[in-house]
Amino acid sequence: MDTFRRLLITAVLAGVIAGVFVTVVHQIATIPVILKAEVFEKAAETAPAVGNSATADGSAMSTTEHDHATGEAHEHDEGGWEPSDGLQRNAFTAAADILTGIGFALLLAAAYAARGTEMDWRKGLFWGLAGFAVFTLAPSLGLPPEVPGTEAAPLMQRQVWWVATVALTGGGLALIFLTRQILWSVLGVAMIVLPHAYGAPQPVEHHSAAPEALAHSFIVAATMTSLLFWVALGILTGFFFKRQFKAA
Amino acid sequence: MQINSSTLTHTVQNQTAIGSTSKADAKLGIFCAAFLGVALIWGVGFSHINVFHNAAHDTRHSNAFPCH
Repeated sequence: MDTFRRLLITAVLAGVIAGVFVTVVHQIATIPVILKAEVFEKAAETAPAVGNSATADGSAMSTTEHDHATGEAHEHDEGGWEPSDGLQRNAFTAAADILTGIGFALLLAAAYAARGTEMDWRKGLFWGLAGFAVFTLAPSLGLPPEVPGTEAAPLMQRQVWWVATVALTGGGLALIFLTRQILWSVLGVAMIVLPHAYGAPQPVEHHSAAPEALAHSFIVAATMTSLLFWVALGILTGFFFKRQFKAA
Repeated sequence: MQINSSTLTHTVQNQTAIGSTSKADAKLGIFCAAFLGVALIWGVGFSHINVFHNAAHDTRHSNAFPCH
């Protein structure tokens, strides 16, 4: 398990540093937008309930039916432990960011080892950019980053589409960049296009509790923080991978 | 992304980078690393367990993982 040990050390070092870095970036760029959106989400949750109990007119009924039909936007409020706002919530976000960093760093390091070519920080940067394309850009085309309180298709359908899109985009890019034959490249492009031709699962009707401007600024913030994360993770994994494996 | 490596570089690198460890060790290590990576990402970003979701809520939104 010597290889695994080296890969794990590479991933933990890179993942922790990139995770701490992106935690700071999230605090600046995405968390404030999430908190603002939650104010609208909470207001929207209480408003229909009052309307329904007060009147039983057509509009209130249709709102109720709609919520039951889609029902996905409010799932997380149905109970269970959640961190209290402030320090505790931010601590869990930091932990989740770091674990995500280690997880993606493990995938990158495994890919470097499988590829078997010499690595350095700069080559790592390009792998990081590929990771950004695979794990952020491609799925975001069909399922853009969403603030809390956005109506969306059932969670399971979106997760399946997300995983399929990531797998096809990653496989497609690998065929394009890592093989030298035109047929494989054409197949790679087809694989990247396929999930978007099929289409991402969409809600019955689009609705967001937050104003459109807020939703839009979140798309920009989430995409840019993700780019910074992947650039950092690529550079760091390339750097630490080189150090771990050159001593062997 | 490294795309210009010849087969020769590939082989030499396998010997020097992965070192004296066996090919089987390398394969097992790569598999374990990738599996652990997927498991971590799944737990943080995709698990339906409510506590996991609530703890990682802001990370899930910030990473544009399908949420709620």
